[in-house]
Amino acid sequence: MTSGWPQALAIAAKDLRIERRSKAGFNSVVALGITILVLFGFALGPDAAALRDAAPGALWLAILFAAVLAFNRSYQVELDAGALDALLLYPAPRWTIYAGKLLANLAFVGLLIAIVVPVGIVLFQVTIPPRWPLLLLVVALGAFGIVTLGTFYAAMASRSRAREVLLPLLLFPMLIPVILASMEASKALLTADLMRAAGAWIRLLVGFDLVFLVATFLAFDHVIEG
Amino acid sequence: MLRGVDLTVHAGEVVALFGDNGAGKSTLLRVCATLLRSHAGSATVAGFDVQADADAVRTQVAFLGHDTGLYDDLTARENIAFAATMLGAPHPAVAESLERVGLMRVADERVRGFSAGMRRRVALARVLLQRPRLLLLDEPYANLDAQGVALVNTVIRDALDAGSAALLVLHEVAPAAELLTRRARLVDGRIAEAA
Repeated sequence: MTSGWPQALAIAAKDLRIERRSKAGFNSVVALGITILVLFGFALGPDAAALRDAAPGALWLAILFAAVLAFNRSYQVELDAGALDALLLYPAPRWTIYAGKLLANLAFVGLLIAIVVPVGIVLFQVTIPPRWPLLLLVVALGAFGIVTLGTFYAAMASRSRAREVLLPLLLFPMLIPVILASMEASKALLTADLMRAAGAWIRLLVGFDLVFLVATFLAFDHVIEG
Repeated sequence: MLRGVDLTVHAGEVVALFGDNGAGKSTLLRVCATLLRSHAGSATVAGFDVQADADAVRTQVAFLGHDTGLYDDLTARENIAFAATMLGAPHPAVAESLERVGLMRVADERVRGFSAGMRRRVALARVLLQRPRLLLLDEPYANLDAQGVALVNTVIRDALDAGSAALLVLHEVAPAAELLTRRARLVDGRIAEAA
């Protein structure tokens, strides 16, 4: 048996290939993300300052809600034709399933962010800050935290008939620290960061991401076995 | 639910399980395949306990269930290539197994457009990638034409020649009659008759 990485990469490549061919999933996820941003825009009204203040929160919530659809889909593919049983029967370690799904969801959510964030910047009239590389880092760390937990809890919910409802119920409370840190770090970087708060929030994000990554890898065996 | 099932399948044997719907036939196969955990009792495959040594058991069994476990948006070749990677099987085995199930001419078509019988053959091609000690086949002849039935029997015979055993869930004896060494009937989770 190999290290497990060829299997993990095969699962990721398979998921992305299926997603590319079906297209409907990605298009609807992006459409949802943009719709949420537009609705936030309408709710906040034409005040440019209010829009800019609300931009980090609106963007992260749009990413979160849209990504949940992606997480549900990543296991739906396995459930449709009983493929989850076949996947569980392969003699590869269980973590390869999680790693494969995680990689595919990172690519999927990364692409979602690449489309939704520029739309949000335009809609909310956000000025790109001079420290934009740090902002990119915050986006990457926040997305990583969301995808790590999302992929894990989607596996847990996949065994339930009410998985579409169950996933947000399980996931959202657990994601509060990541969303909060991502929003606060983004807000600090978009508003000149006079209090030098961004660094602390970024360190917190790194900490959350590491803890979630290790914990989910360790617990995945128990979750997927059902 | 299974209640006190006592069954041993030796190398070179083909044992068929019969019984009404809900008798526990598929459950028994799924327990042996490590897909279900039993609350009591034990089962071993090639000396490995299905609960304590599940990873080792998975290297010893090939399972074909009711569902084919194929991805509709992948081609037959991509489905089998994925299985080959997951099993650590050599890549030339992909074309060989598709050739053996007679699907090479449609190997690059998506499974979505396949009939139930063709899907079954693709799933069989996946079984051919393995060299299992125990074949677990749940209604393996479902949706297959005469050629398909002969193909399943060839796969089982080849496995027996290689020293494996097979446990089949069947509703009719006829397709597997020439292969069966023993039969057992499950009633309410118990083996009611064995011959």
